[in-house]
Amino acid sequence: MSPRAQVYILAALLALMGAGLTIYKNRVLGFPLLPGEYRTVWTIEAKVRFNADGGPVKAALTLPREQRNMEILGETFSSSGYGFNIIRENDEYRAVWSRRAASGAQSLFYQLDVHQTPGAPLEQPLDLSTEVQRPLLEAREQEAVRLAIYSLVDYAHQRSSDTRTFTTQLLTALGDTGNQDRNLIFGYYKDLTLVDVALVVLAAADIPAHRIRGLYLEDDRRRLDPEDLLEVYDGRRWVVFEPTTGSPGVPKNFFIWQRGGKSLLDVEGGRNSQVTFSVIANDVPARDVSMLSTSKEKEALVDFSIYSLPIEQQSIFKLILLVPVGALVVVLLRVFVGLRTSGTFMPVLLAVAFIETQLFTGLSIFTLILILGLWVRFYLSRLNLLLVARIAAVVVTVVILMGAISVISYKLGIEQALTVTFFPMIILAWTIERMSIVWEEDGPYEVVVQAGGSLLVAVLAWWVMTNRYIEHWTFNFPELLLVLLAIILVIGNYTGYRLGELMRFRQLVR
Amino acid sequence: MLGFSMKHVITKLRGGLVSPLALHRMGILGMNARNINYIARYNDRDKFPVVDDKLNTKRAARRYGIPTPELIAAFETQPTRSRVLKLIEPLWQFVIKPARGSGGKGILVIVGRNGDKYKKPSGAEVTAEDILRHVSNITSGLYSLGGKPDRVMVEALVDFDPIFDNYSFEGVPDIRVIVFRGFPVMAMLRCSTHDSDGKANLHQGAVGVGLDLATGKSCHAVQRGLRISRHPDTEMPFDKLKVPGWRDLLRLGASCYEMTGLGYLGCDIVLDRKRGPLLLEANARPGLAIQVANGVGLCTRLKHIEKLDLEQLEKNVDERVTYSMQEFAAVTPS
Repeated sequence: MSPRAQVYILAALLALMGAGLTIYKNRVLGFPLLPGEYRTVWTIEAKVRFNADGGPVKAALTLPREQRNMEILGETFSSSGYGFNIIRENDEYRAVWSRRAASGAQSLFYQLDVHQTPGAPLEQPLDLSTEVQRPLLEAREQEAVRLAIYSLVDYAHQRSSDTRTFTTQLLTALGDTGNQDRNLIFGYYKDLTLVDVALVVLAAADIPAHRIRGLYLEDDRRRLDPEDLLEVYDGRRWVVFEPTTGSPGVPKNFFIWQRGGKSLLDVEGGRNSQVTFSVIANDVPARDVSMLSTSKEKEALVDFSIYSLPIEQQSIFKLILLVPVGALVVVLLRVFVGLRTSGTFMPVLLAVAFIETQLFTGLSIFTLILILGLWVRFYLSRLNLLLVARIAAVVVTVVILMGAISVISYKLGIEQALTVTFFPMIILAWTIERMSIVWEEDGPYEVVVQAGGSLLVAVLAWWVMTNRYIEHWTFNFPELLLVLLAIILVIGNYTGYRLGELMRFRQLVR
Repeated sequence: MLGFSMKHVITKLRGGLVSPLALHRMGILGMNARNINYIARYNDRDKFPVVDDKLNTKRAARRYGIPTPELIAAFETQPTRSRVLKLIEPLWQFVIKPARGSGGKGILVIVGRNGDKYKKPSGAEVTAEDILRHVSNITSGLYSLGGKPDRVMVEALVDFDPIFDNYSFEGVPDIRVIVFRGFPVMAMLRCSTHDSDGKANLHQGAVGVGLDLATGKSCHAVQRGLRISRHPDTEMPFDKLKVPGWRDLLRLGASCYEMTGLGYLGCDIVLDRKRGPLLLEANARPGLAIQVANGVGLCTRLKHIEKLDLEQLEKNVDERVTYSMQEFAAVTPS
């Protein structure tokens, strides 16, 4: 195979791989393609309060684990003085706080961050019990209630075609305060909620059902009590109903805490126990959300990437990952334009320095150091020094110049000039050395051309490297480096004319 | 601000730009095409040292019987002061060169002496101390690519054939021949001018004179991209110019193919009064300015050679030169 074909195949493979990984990261792991995307992260806090009797205390709180469209990003428990662990029983996770002796008012906290993702909220094929326990209403004084319940069941049955519509009809009837049967039932079950009553009536109609406890996620809510939904088995699937409206489906912002009938909180050794919730919404950069959600699953692509480095090293890499972009700019300008620079990739290093110093400070410092350095170098060249010694002398001079620039500008109150330290000294020294040779051999005009070319390339590279999209892509999708590599490989195969040649050979065309 | 100035520059430049299609029709070879289609394809990397180091070139040339300027001495490492002084003491005319210099950098030519001082072609005088410094610069790699330590060559000054005296100002006229797979494909004479400060680099203002491969006569002359008919300093018309011993010169160029094994090669040749053509140096990455000097694109000729069958490629030096002289004769000598 010809080298050219190999290049194209390799480039295509690299580009496909890079683009594929990028799309995977965007689609599956949720890394945002554009910078500045924010996602809402809900912080839910459950506060368990009770009065301890003075003896051993054990409090168990059911933890939310059921919902598929809510991603739990992190959780914290506060339990000063309490032993704490999470146990799993009957497919439920429970946080258990325990203490040998406690008295007085106790508060325990559990806090979790969740993020809403698209998708169905609940898993369908579910082995929840479909057993029905008909309510016992055999006593004489319960006759009226029993009749009311069955008449309500009949009423809903006639107005419906299947279990779903039946439940909706039933819930509407239970919400209708003009309905005599409903009033009678509620009169009897004074301390039961709507969902409790609905469960009783559904049991009477022989329909398996249970309660779902959860919260509506709305910003800045405090001291919320858990709300209930109703889940009904229609013979094949479980369907969730919102009890007050009777409409099927999990409401949009509903966060399911517990599915099934067991208790939310059990306290042994305490009284007046209760759980209250508070909800706060935070807008968090989309990338952080993806990072949090993937770090738990140990996604290999993320785990074996620069994200696994400490933050400090990550910020260094942020800069390093921009260098290939600068290299691409150099390649483009040299291959397609034919710009002359002093030192092939010196402009990229300059551009990196410009990122730290800001453009205009960087440009003026660079020009200043170059001019002063050339001046010193011209004197040094008259001293007949050996090359290495001379370059070392230039390095020392550059360092002294940098120090002087820093101190003087600091005294003058120009703080930006302190960033002078970001310039690569050795590169500067070599640039000065090369420039002075160019000056001696080809004259000052060539120096201006080469220095100007280098600066132009450096400024262009800086301009591209500070683009917020480029910054975002290089850091969040390092896979794109493969695409970049592919582009460079393809450019390396370009045999067409350079822009400079269109000018250089213009006299030949007449 | 950046966008504006770029736009400004581009509109200004557009007047001087030609369409790439026009260049393509002319068969002009571009830098990228040269690098990929010719240098990378026909020049093996392992053969580069022969041409990149002038001392190696000299040795190879001796083995193949190709005449070169006489080597007086070579320093592999930093020589002692006394060694250099002892060497240059009896010399009147010599050239000091870095073995791996690029683009003619670091070449010091001494044409005579004035007491203790050494005279450069421009008339400027340097002291022995300056020469020592130059030698030390060369050995520490100031002129070599990548700053690698280099070797110093001291060569005898070529006794130039006076035929070009009127065509050159201060400097050395040399002839560049592009040899492709052993066939000379294009040639030019580089004449230094006052403008170019005695240097033979076209982009510094030297005159490039395109030479007809069939006859060695001038067919086209260019300075700074503009066509001229007379040397700007000496006012000599170029149409009278004819390189003597043209066939020998082409033979020398063509035989460099066997010597170096490089498919795409530029040979720099000078004419000595007594010895005839001498190989100054060979170049594995010859520049493209020769096209401007000739007013003709290289591509057409290179493609012609590429189309030849194996049998034709296996011709000997003489047959190749004959073929080139026939095939690449200037169409309309002007």
